[in-house]
Amino acid sequence: MHMNRMKDRSVSLTDLTKNFLEIEPDLTAKEALDEANRCLYCYDAPCITACPTSINIPSFIKKIASGNLKGSAKVIMEANPVGASCARVCPTEELCEGACVLNNASQPIMIGNLQRHATNWAIHNNAQLFKAGMKNGKSVAIIGGGPAGLSSARELARLGFDVTIFEAKEKAGGLDTHGIVSFRLPQRVSMWEVEQVESLGVMIRTNVMVGRDIEPDEILNTYDAVVLAVGMANVPLVGMEGETVQGVYDAIEFVESTKTPPMDTHLIGKKVVVIGAGNTAIDAATCSVRLGAADVKMLYRRTEAEMTAYEFEYEFAKQEGVEFRWLTQPVGIIQNDEGEVTGVKCIRMELEAADESGRRRPMPVKGSEFTVEADAVIRAIGQTRYVRLIEAFGLTHKWGTVKVDSNTYQTSNKKVYAAGDVIFGDGQGDAMVVSAAEQGKQTAYSIYEQLVGSGMAQTS
Amino acid sequence: MADLRVNFAGIQAPNPFWLASAPPTNSGYQVQRAFEAGWGGAVWKTLGDPVINTSSRFAAMHFNGQRVAGFNNIELITDRPLEVNLKEIYETKKRFPNHAVIASLMVEPKQEKWHEIVKKVEAAGVDGLELNFGCPHGMAERGMGAASGQVPELVEKQTRWAKEAANTPVIVKLTPNITDITATAWAAVQGGADAISMINTINSLAGVDLDSWNTVPNVAGKGAHGGYCGPAVKPIALNMVAECARNPEINIPISGIGGISNWKDAAEFILMGAGSVQVCTAAMHHGFSIVEDMIDGLNNYLDDKQLASVEELIGRTVPRYSDWGNLDLNYKIVASINKDTCINCNKCHIACEDTAHQCIDMLTSPDGNKYLQVREEDCVGCNLCSIVCPVDGAIDMIEIPNGPPMTWNERQTAIEQPIA
Ligand SMILES: Cc1cc2nc3c(=O)[nH]c(=O)nc-3n(C[C@H](O)[C@H](O)[C@H](O)COP(=O)(O)OP(=O)(O)OC[C@H]3O[C@@H](n4cnc5c(N)ncnc54)[C@H](O)[C@@H]3O)c2cc1C
Ligand SMILES: Cc1cc2nc3c(=O)[nH]c(=O)nc-3n(C[C@H](O)[C@H](O)[C@H](O)COP(=O)(O)O)c2cc1C
Ligand code: SF4
Repeated sequence: MHMNRMKDRSVSLTDLTKNFLEIEPDLTAKEALDEANRCLYCYDAPCITACPTSINIPSFIKKIASGNLKGSAKVIMEANPVGASCARVCPTEELCEGACVLNNASQPIMIGNLQRHATNWAIHNNAQLFKAGMKNGKSVAIIGGGPAGLSSARELARLGFDVTIFEAKEKAGGLDTHGIVSFRLPQRVSMWEVEQVESLGVMIRTNVMVGRDIEPDEILNTYDAVVLAVGMANVPLVGMEGETVQGVYDAIEFVESTKTPPMDTHLIGKKVVVIGAGNTAIDAATCSVRLGAADVKMLYRRTEAEMTAYEFEYEFAKQEGVEFRWLTQPVGIIQNDEGEVTGVKCIRMELEAADESGRRRPMPVKGSEFTVEADAVIRAIGQTRYVRLIEAFGLTHKWGTVKVDSNTYQTSNKKVYAAGDVIFGDGQGDAMVVSAAEQGKQTAYSIYEQLVGSGMAQTS
Repeated sequence: MADLRVNFAGIQAPNPFWLASAPPTNSGYQVQRAFEAGWGGAVWKTLGDPVINTSSRFAAMHFNGQRVAGFNNIELITDRPLEVNLKEIYETKKRFPNHAVIASLMVEPKQEKWHEIVKKVEAAGVDGLELNFGCPHGMAERGMGAASGQVPELVEKQTRWAKEAANTPVIVKLTPNITDITATAWAAVQGGADAISMINTINSLAGVDLDSWNTVPNVAGKGAHGGYCGPAVKPIALNMVAECARNPEINIPISGIGGISNWKDAAEFILMGAGSVQVCTAAMHHGFSIVEDMIDGLNNYLDDKQLASVEELIGRTVPRYSDWGNLDLNYKIVASINKDTCINCNKCHIACEDTAHQCIDMLTSPDGNKYLQVREEDCVGCNLCSIVCPVDGAIDMIEIPNGPPMTWNERQTAIEQPIA
């Protein structure tokens, strides 16, 4: 995100859908050309290494400069099947742009925005960039149609597999479609990526939840390999009194409700409290602002120093007028006689001295209870896991993080591979769209190697 | 996917993108790396009697923050022993039998010298020969390179000597340091050349150091003129290619060289009659990998134009290149400023006001907004405003009807005709 490029930051109370349009505008043709020509075309460029999917960034930027936008989009999408979404949602400051050698000399290249420029071309020109490979006679089931599942499917189809994606929701795309705020990632971008995958002959069976609508055993018996890419589940309960009442929301469901019109108008002018200080919490808070809430506060039991949100997310939230209450632990929901939420009972915390792991544990300060007024409360303290499903497949896991071989992405059942958020945690990878995409790709190559033959997988 | 293969005067290559004879083709190691990266051919660094090169050889012209708008060098031909080069040519050709390996040659203007070197390089397995009559510095002082390339009789004679011994196609590489390139091109045709290539570098001095008062580059405090190439020379090279291409008496293939940096530049040379293109500076600036986008970009372009092969693109613009006397004097275009796109930098106004025809008015609308407007009746359609305009689409040059076509030549003929 480039705060200085956001043009209209105002919030409309009469037309909420306006508030959810992309806030950072596309690069104009001139901006894109100027920026592309600023790229040094480094050899062995650090930005490539910093990209989890290893997009050949100098190459795609050179192609923008030379006017070969189709070629540019192809370089991006080849390495990253959800490259149009990633152009918008990747924490580029931490990845490619953070590695740009120009950081030390002037300003880093706006790689994300150039990536958006090139993929926009492909979207607008309806370009079919890839072809399905010659059928190899093997079939793969993919459970979950998010970035990891789509990416795996795209590469498997190019390698000649028969691919079926089982997706619980009505639309595929996972959190790109449902979970990432529209003003950063419009749903149509994610749906274009879904269509690109479908156009290779991948069958996407939506509204089919594995474990409910079809049994894991049936899948295991029908397909030659299975990729588990179900991501993570809902937000866990905070462990405070009254948190299951109406007026207390799950942050992920909350953001999802803003992804498709009509917009909910009932928060206009209201006070919203968000519990947590990660990226999802920030998204819930900024969505509340954009739904017209008059006052949005985030409660976090540690301090600014420990918050897990990215720097630019935090900065953005502050600019949107979100307030932060550090060292604050919510302990209960307060309701009025009508059963409406009116506030959150909190207790002040303090940090203990660092233990040997260097972490400072927050401890409640006795007698420091106080109340924060609120008309709505949003829980955003992480995500739970699909433990039941993982166990139904009989896979080894730790607290719901599926164990995989770091080379082959095989789980404890050699026929089942896993990628994306379902393997995030416990020291494995990051919960990012781009990591999910890379892992999805890798499962495809690994399946090819196991089922078809060794040597480098050749795609067309 | 279009077919990019070319058959250039009998030299086959997987694509028209070749490395020009210069440092990038100095050794077998480099040429093989280039072929791996995708280059379709390479003209080996010029072979001849060994020379000694200076230390400090290159300089560049940077323009407004963009590096290497132009490139200058005082390097001579290869300084490696002929035997070593021949061995590496042989090895390269063996590893890449389908790529074009062309030997660039420069020897004293003596028949036996030409016969001798032609036989040697052909024995090493080259696909063709390029006679270097172009290097403007150093070698020219010894009567070779541009010194012989500037004298049509010498071009013709030496081409004939090379042809006498050659079994592979002979390309004559021309120097741009001459008033009329078609004169030497024609001489090459007379000498029996199978093709011509152009341009070699243009006499140049890159700069002067304002602190030391040394020339740039300098060798121990002394400078000598060098040869200029890179993006800045493209229009000069393109015209020379075009002049040869449209000349019916120069009816042999042309390899276009000079300032080619990407597929678009290449496509322009091909449209102007080039059957292959050669690149030096762009490769020196960015490495061999730039050829990937040259291939990809040209491919996508040919697909867009629904052409099945690059051969179909060659020379398509040549018939549209003519003499000034054949231009329609009644054709009229005028500038039109698009107020919605204009960013009001006023650069067009001042360009027109100070240096063209004073027809862009700076106006203020009733609601106080400043805008620019062209007085069409005074506009001569020179393009200057649209050239200085920094924004795409803010100034369009639009055609307005202005009577039936009439060229200068037609006009003169009409005037000379007695009124009946
Ligand atoms: C609010 C929020 C904001 C985020 N913002 C960013 C960001 O800005 N940048 C970034 O890089 N990352 C962001 N992330 C993280 C990113 O979205 C995830 O890391 C990524 O989507 C993981 O991809 P995935 O394919 O593993 O899982 P998901 O995207 O979660 O996709 C899993 C899919 O599986 C389906 N599914 C689940 N169970 C079943 C079942 N039993 N049967 C069939 N289908 C099933 C789901 O419906 C879903 O479509 C954000 C996450 C959240 C929650
Ligand atoms: C450093 C340098 C050395 C060169 N040496 C030769 C040479 O040995 N023989 C030759 O025919 N041309 C030589 N050239 C000229 C190039 O082959 C080419 O004609 C010229 O650079 C124009 O192409 P460009 O604009 O792509 O660089 C040399 C050019 C440079 C920059
Ligand atoms: S490029 Fe630099 S390091 Fe290499 S030879 Fe030239 S001056 Fe030396």
